[in-house]
Amino acid sequence: MPHVYGNDFGAPERAPELTDEAFAALLADDGRVEPRDPMPEGYRRTLVRQIAQHAHSEIIGMQPEGNWISRAPSLRRKAILMAKVQDEAGHGLYLYAAAETLGVDRADLLDQLHTGRQKYSSIFNYPTLSWADVGAIGWLVDGAAIVNQVPLCRCSYGPYARAMVRVCKEESFHQRQGFEILHTLSHGTPAQKAMAQDAVDRYWWPSLMMFGPPDDDSPNSAQSMAWGIKRFSNDDLRQRFVDMTVPQAEVLGLTLPDPEIRWNEERGHYDFGTVDFTELFEVIKGNGPCNRDRMAHRVAAHEDGAWVREAADAYAAKQVARTEGAA
Amino acid sequence: MSRGWPLWEVFVRSRRGLSHTHVGSLHAPDAEMALRNARDVYTRRQEGVSLWVVPSAEIVASDPGEREAFFDPADDKVYRHPTFYDVPEGVEHL
Ligand SMILES: [Fe+2]
Ligand SMILES: [Fe+2]
Repeated sequence: MPHVYGNDFGAPERAPELTDEAFAALLADDGRVEPRDPMPEGYRRTLVRQIAQHAHSEIIGMQPEGNWISRAPSLRRKAILMAKVQDEAGHGLYLYAAAETLGVDRADLLDQLHTGRQKYSSIFNYPTLSWADVGAIGWLVDGAAIVNQVPLCRCSYGPYARAMVRVCKEESFHQRQGFEILHTLSHGTPAQKAMAQDAVDRYWWPSLMMFGPPDDDSPNSAQSMAWGIKRFSNDDLRQRFVDMTVPQAEVLGLTLPDPEIRWNEERGHYDFGTVDFTELFEVIKGNGPCNRDRMAHRVAAHEDGAWVREAADAYAAKQVARTEGAA
Repeated sequence: MSRGWPLWEVFVRSRRGLSHTHVGSLHAPDAEMALRNARDVYTRRQEGVSLWVVPSAEIVASDPGEREAFFDPADDKVYRHPTFYDVPEGVEHL
């Protein structure tokens, strides 16, 4: 009766399909779905798309910061930045592994990234022009990512939720090191403070776009909520991020580039200006400042690494042949 | 099967005195590389003092579709739990 199925983290066969009603009952019952459970095809497809996109974002996200490793201002900063970029590679790996439990292949997902059929977060299509950008990314971009990711630790799909728990544990140092960079700059010379302000000016609005389109323009949100993939709406998460960040900006002594930011006593939240989503949609379409560079760099890295993969394969095959020959 | 390297399951003993626990999986061409990759992917913050890697294809698992029938024998044996028994008022250390 027990049968072989690979594992919990890479079921080679797809889980059988399930009707929406039966699935709703299962969610109400356990709240958690595991790889071999039956699930509606739409649920599986949505998760594959979301987890793959998340994984791609982690590895593409290594590029803007990787750009500054060789020019970090001290050995301490360099070691920290390398550890952070390495973490992002790890996050990508956890997530590709989670996606594979849904019956897809990592190699295929990478193909889809390389051919533009799957996306990554548009925030990584902005350039890192100064060292302060590394600080702004840590503070704002990782900060926004944390707000998005914490609720995913309770997402209905077990492997995704577990990957997110690991990711979230590691993210908090990312945000702190970014804050520390900006804090140091903003308490340094006037030129350093200006550099920090410039980075925040450029990264503030794109960070708000990371939460996705506004609720009334987010067609798939309701379904994702019903499936327990999404726990809070885009606008709620965006508000949470603003509320968290405004007091931190005050400590930094930096200004967020939005004259409409103001505490609203009645709502118990900060009001803020309207995000220009036409920019977001342009970047998603491929017209951001760095889209082409990021993809070209990613594809080149993959192709340049081919000989390493081939050598490892050849070595493994030789070892197998040797053990078989000896037996 | 899958394109590229085989899949391995990774188990970490976080400290001596505890069992190895499943933490995730990875692709690697052979056992040695699987161990090295597992160290880099899953123990970057001293999460472990010992690692196991197991080829995923070697794991034999119960069928989730038959979960109810398979685990049914334990369903009606509540008397295996101490809470099943009535203990008279005032009796201690039982
Ligand atoms: Fe990350
Ligand atoms: Fe991060």
